[in-house]
Amino acid sequence: MSKPTTSRGESIARMLPALDYSKIGISILVMVFFVFFISPIWTGLVTAFKTTGAVTGTTPFVPPGTEGFTLEKWTTAIDYLSTGLINSFIMTIPSTILCVALGSTAAYGLTLVDWHRRARFAVLVLFMFGIFIPYQAVLVPLSDFWINIFAVDGTMAFLGDLPFFTERHSRLFAVTVTHVVYGIPICMLLFRGYYVALSDELVEAAKIDGASITSIYRDIVLPLSKPMIGVVFIYQFTMIWNEFLFSLTLIGSSNSPAATVTLVLSGLGSDLSGVDFGLRMAGAFVAALPTIIIYVLFAEQFAEGLASDN
Amino acid sequence: MADTGETETVSGSRAAAHRGAGDDWHGRIRRFSKSDFVRGLPYWFVPFLIMGFGVYGGIGWNTLISLTDYEGFGQPPDLGDLDLEMYAQALQDPAVFVTTKNTFVLMIAFTTITMILGLFLAIMLDRDIRFREKIQTIYLLPMALSFVVTAQFWLWMYNVNNGLVNTVVGVFGLGPYNWIGNPDLVLSAVIFALIWQFSGYAMVVFLAGLQSMPDDQFEAAKVDGANTLEMYWDVIIPQLKSSSVSAAVILMIFALKAFTFLYSMFGQYRVPQATDILATLMVREAFQLQNWAYAAAIASILLVMSLAIIAPYLYYQYKQGSL
Repeated sequence: MSKPTTSRGESIARMLPALDYSKIGISILVMVFFVFFISPIWTGLVTAFKTTGAVTGTTPFVPPGTEGFTLEKWTTAIDYLSTGLINSFIMTIPSTILCVALGSTAAYGLTLVDWHRRARFAVLVLFMFGIFIPYQAVLVPLSDFWINIFAVDGTMAFLGDLPFFTERHSRLFAVTVTHVVYGIPICMLLFRGYYVALSDELVEAAKIDGASITSIYRDIVLPLSKPMIGVVFIYQFTMIWNEFLFSLTLIGSSNSPAATVTLVLSGLGSDLSGVDFGLRMAGAFVAALPTIIIYVLFAEQFAEGLASDN
Repeated sequence: MADTGETETVSGSRAAAHRGAGDDWHGRIRRFSKSDFVRGLPYWFVPFLIMGFGVYGGIGWNTLISLTDYEGFGQPPDLGDLDLEMYAQALQDPAVFVTTKNTFVLMIAFTTITMILGLFLAIMLDRDIRFREKIQTIYLLPMALSFVVTAQFWLWMYNVNNGLVNTVVGVFGLGPYNWIGNPDLVLSAVIFALIWQFSGYAMVVFLAGLQSMPDDQFEAAKVDGANTLEMYWDVIIPQLKSSSVSAAVILMIFALKAFTFLYSMFGQYRVPQATDILATLMVREAFQLQNWAYAAAIASILLVMSLAIIAPYLYYQYKQGSL
């Protein structure tokens, strides 16, 4: 009686792939961490679609039913943050482009151009310290510079006739320049890693042919840099968009017409209704939207930038 | 005798060559101006000047301000009277003591746990699993978000009445806890949120280290009959030393300057004392209280602390030949 059943059981087991317990364990762990990483974001997303009543009345991570559903928080948040979004674009795009351009040329001058090896190394070390120093160490001089020495509020007054430009936007100019200054070292380092790994052959061959430093950069290095330009642009755009300390200290108030989106968002918490979590969550998503879009499209490049910034 | 004669000849010919070049200094200048050094100069020197002005000029100016008594609005600092008074004041300030202690607690707990979690995640994802790229993208997503944004999420997560964290611990019959309001819990809550944000980063650094590792190491360990756990512990993890050092340095430096997350979470310069670190104290002294010189002195302390991490790191990288 028992014999046929066991043999039959064995044959079925033989037909199935072997149960690999470690594989199942890993799959479960992967799922657990997936939930861990996504839950604050997911919870925020569903909360942003809930009416104030539903925010407190329902379980935080469950999407709202038809009764508790509203888009009102999103429209309020967009209204509130729209100027900040525009300001952030005005600041982030030029400063990112300049960081990428200057980072690339600096890395070129320090890797593929052949000059005094030890001096080159010393310059590189000075750039490296520029990556790591805490910005707190330059905050007091920075605000002293932009308010007392360069007095950006007065100096930029001649731009006042431009459409859209207000006196306060001079502060936005100050933040943009500040981001260029402190963004150069990391961009230099990212490009440097790429140029060091670049095959020497092309550059050496061009040198033997008598190509100048400039034409080597323009005709050989720059075209080869295209993928890295993408990586650095994505990385630096995200960093500058997300940055807050310079905006806070140089622009000052979240009510300022020059306030960037992160600065406005920090005010959304404190001076509008502090308990309206639906609005806060919607605001957080609106402020993060450009970086989320870039991340979804170019996650690989972002990860590459992160992994090579050391 | 023969030896001396030979030396003389050599040095003689060298001197002659030198004299020849010296006569033709026009040519030398022309050759110098066409050298790679001069032609390459605009490429690196312009960015270097801009960066140097901001970083080293800024640090120098900050040090100078820290020696004055500069405070209040609208006036430039008085450089006539320099002393170390602000540093003396900082050493006696109980706030500096508390924030330094908190800075170290945050730095050590945050860095250690993030590294361990990041290493674990990297090893997990390095095994052959399905949808790996998609999963990595999700794990790294918090790193693409601003601290202002993630602080909003975690404020909601930690909400006493409706937050998800209390819902989850409630399943185990615990809580609800006032994560943000309770001074005993708030620092741990902040550290947990920061670990959430940064462990994806540590994972990416370790993954890069794992993937650049030669396969023969694994094979050799397998032949030796090592089990999986032994293989990781004895063979693979020791090889990740350079990745670990890089990740640890980046995380520690971040912990030193973590200001944005704390400010955004509490919506003001004055954060709860249990989470007050040197970075928040410095910004508060400067931009809320206008004690510029005192803030500059605290910033100098912060700078020295970070240099104590960066300098050995750069030296290590130099020794490794990876700089």
